[in-house]
Amino acid sequence: MKSSLKKEKHPMEKLLRMDRIPHIWCPGCGIGNAVSAFAEAVQKLNYDLDELCVVSGIGCTGRAAGYIKTDSFHTTHGRGIAYATGVKLGNPELKVVVISGDGDLSAIGGNHLIHAARRNIDITVICVNNFIYAMTGGQVAPTTPNPAYTTTSPFGNFEAPVNIPRVVEAAGAVYVARWTALHMRRMKESIIEALNKPGFSFVEVIAPCAMYYSRINRLGDGLNMMKFYYDNSVIKHGEPTENLDIGYQEEIIIGKFIDRERPTFSESLKSWKEEHGKGGEGDEE
Amino acid sequence: MKADPRDVLTGTYYIDGDVAIAYGALAAGCKFLGGYPITPSTAAAEAFARKAPQVGARFIQIEDELGSIASVLGASWGGQKSMTITSGPGFSLMMENIGHGAATETPFVIINVQRGGPSTGVPTSTGQADMMQARWGSNGDYEVIALAPDSPQEGFDFTIKAFNLAERYRVPVMVMADECIGHMTEKVVIPEASEIDIEPRRFFKGKKENYKPFKRDKSLVPPMAKAGDGYKMYITGLTHGENGHPLLNKKKLPDLDSAEVIDKKSTNRYLVEKIIKNKEEIIELGEENLEDADIIVVSYGIISRVAYRAVELARKDGLKVGILRLITVWPFPDEKITELAERVKGFVVAEVNYGQIAFEVDRCSRGKTNVTLVPHGGASVHDPDDIYRAIKEAAAEKKRYKGLREYTTSMELSVFGESLEEKYSK
Ligand SMILES: Cc1ncc(C[n+]2csc(CCOP(=O)(O)OP(=O)(O)O)c2C)c(N)n1
Ligand code: SF4
Repeated sequence: MKSSLKKEKHPMEKLLRMDRIPHIWCPGCGIGNAVSAFAEAVQKLNYDLDELCVVSGIGCTGRAAGYIKTDSFHTTHGRGIAYATGVKLGNPELKVVVISGDGDLSAIGGNHLIHAARRNIDITVICVNNFIYAMTGGQVAPTTPNPAYTTTSPFGNFEAPVNIPRVVEAAGAVYVARWTALHMRRMKESIIEALNKPGFSFVEVIAPCAMYYSRINRLGDGLNMMKFYYDNSVIKHGEPTENLDIGYQEEIIIGKFIDRERPTFSESLKSWKEEHGKGGEGDEE
Repeated sequence: MKADPRDVLTGTYYIDGDVAIAYGALAAGCKFLGGYPITPSTAAAEAFARKAPQVGARFIQIEDELGSIASVLGASWGGQKSMTITSGPGFSLMMENIGHGAATETPFVIINVQRGGPSTGVPTSTGQADMMQARWGSNGDYEVIALAPDSPQEGFDFTIKAFNLAERYRVPVMVMADECIGHMTEKVVIPEASEIDIEPRRFFKGKKENYKPFKRDKSLVPPMAKAGDGYKMYITGLTHGENGHPLLNKKKLPDLDSAEVIDKKSTNRYLVEKIIKNKEEIIELGEENLEDADIIVVSYGIISRVAYRAVELARKDGLKVGILRLITVWPFPDEKITELAERVKGFVVAEVNYGQIAFEVDRCSRGKTNVTLVPHGGASVHDPDDIYRAIKEAAAEKKRYKGLREYTTSMELSVFGESLEEKYSK
C-alpha cells in the first residue's frame, strides 16, 4: 500500500516545480489556493506552458513565481507589473501573468498598477489580498480595514483602506473580479476568463494570513479565517466597484464586476504601427 | 557579428550627444527603450522614439524610473537588447533594479546624462557626481561596467560598446555621459553597418532539461535563455545557486551552514569575479606621454577635453605631463595607477565633483605619490587654467607629500564668480 501511494503523482505536477516543495507558506495560508486555482485554470485552458510567463514582486505571495513551472521571474518589490510590461513587449507572443500581494501591487507598486490598467496592456494580474504585509512580519497595509490591529497599527488602524477593484476599474481594467480563497471553482473560472480576456485583467483573492493577520486580531487560525470570509461573502456580479470597500470582519462583496471591451495595448500598437511603421522590414509581430 | 544595415543610420551628421546616443543604441540592435523624461537626457529618448518604428524597435514611456528600468530587465529576458536613458535623480530611482540586473545577470544599458549637484540639482547644466553611485549605488556586492564619453561621437561609439559589453558579460553597463555631451552639437560619423561589430546574445545550446540559468563555463559568463523558449527558468534577485533558485530555503536551511552556502554555493562571488577576472579585456584607457611624465593628469568624460588644453599649456612651459583618460571608469584600472604611482611625482585628478575618482586614484597610489584633486561643484566645467595651475604646483612640489589633497582654486565656482571664502568673509 505504502509504495503505491508514493508513486501517485501530484495532479498539478506539470505546472508546479515539485522539486521546490515543501513551499515556504504557512499551514492555513490562502496563497496556495490562489496558486492552485491558477494552475487548474492553466491546465483547463491547455496552454502550451512554454508560452506562459509568471512574474511576481516581493512578499509571501511574491514567492508564487518560484513554484510555477513556466519561465518565471521574482522581481523587486512593487515592480512586477512594470517588469511584466517589458517581458510582454520583449516577446509579444507570451501570455504574461503577474501574481503578487496587495501591498506589493497597490502600495509600492500602485503606480504601475494604475498605468498598466490605463494602457490596457495584455497581462493578467492575480492579487492575493490578506490585508497585511505578511513577509515582513505583519505590518499595516493599504488594504488593512479599520480598526484592525497590525504590528505598526498597534492601537488599531484608522487609515482609510484602498478598494483595489475600484482603482483598477477607474484606471481602465477590462476585467475585474474578486473571490475568497475558498471559492476555488469560481476563482478558477474567473482566472480562465481573465486569461482569455485581451487587455488588462485583474482578479483579487481575499485570503487569510494565518500567521499575522488572524493572530494579532485573535481571529483563530487560517482555516477559521478562510471559512469566515467564505461564509460572510455575497456574490453580486456587476456590483458597482464603489461598493466594494471591505470593513473589519464585515460582509465582503465578491463576484465579477467588470467585463468590458477597450482597445488593448497590442491592438493600439498594431494600428499605430500600420500608420507609422512603414518601411520597417524588421517590424514583425 | 556585424550590425544589421537596417539599424544603422549611416552618414555624417551634425547632432547633439543625446541624439548620437539614441542612434548608437539603434545601431547596436537595441529594440527596447523604457524611459521616463528627465533633462538633460530627454532628447535621446525622443530621437529613439522617432526612429524606432522604422527598425522594429519599441519605445515606451513608463510611469516612472522605477518602472522603466524594471521594464528594461523584463524586455531583456524577453529576448531583446534593451536600455533606459536618464539623469541623476532618475538614476537614483533605478538603483534597486540595477542591483537586480547585476544579481540576475541581465544584460542591459543605462545611459546617465549627468547633471550637476545633489537631488534635482541643476537640470540643465553639467556634472560628474554620479560616478560613485554608478559603482556602489545598489545594495550588496556586485560589479558593473561604466564608460565615459567625451563627445557626441563617443556618445554614439560608446553606446554600441556598452551594448556589446552588456551582452558579453551579462551585466548592466552604464554610459556616464553628462549634460555637456548630451547638449553639445558636433560632427558625428556613423559608419556602414559592415564596419560596426555587434556582440550577439549568447544563447544556451544544449538540451532544455539541462539548462541552468547561472551555470558558467570558463568565461565565467553563463549563456542565456529567452522567456518563451521553453526553458522554464526561474530568475530571482534572491541569492541563488546555478539553477537560479534561492539557496536558503526552508528545506535546505537546517543542514547547511548559511555562511558556507552563500560563499561557496551562491553565484554572488561570480558577479564580482566575472568582471574582475576579465578586467584587462574590458578596460580601455586613453594614454599620452606617460613614459617620461612627472605628473599625470587623470580625467574622464567632458573634463578630459579641458584637461588636454591644460596639459598643452603645461607642456609649453616645459613640464613633463602625461594624460591618463579613463574611457572605462568601472572596473577601475587599479594596477595601471599603482604602477604609475611608483614612478611619477604626482597625479592631478580633475573632475566635476568634489572628489570621487580622485579617491580611487589615491587608493591605488598606495601612498607612493601625491594626488591633487581639482574639484568642481558642477553646473559648468573647469577653466583649463585651474588644472594647469594644479599641474604646475604639483610639478614644483619639493617635499613629497604622498597623499590626497585638494587644489581649491577651482572652488571659485565660475557661476558664482567669487570664491566661497570671499563670499563668507564679507
Ligand atoms: C524596496 C523594498 N522595500 C521593502 C521591502 C520589504 N518587504 C518585503 S515583502 C513586503 C510586503 C509584502 O506585502 P504584500 O505585498 O501584501 O505580500 P504578502 O507578504 O502579504 O503576501 C515588504 C515591505 C523590500 N523587499 N523591498
Ligand atoms: S505569513 Fe501569512 S501570508 Fe505569509 S505564508 Fe504565512 S500565512 Fe501566508
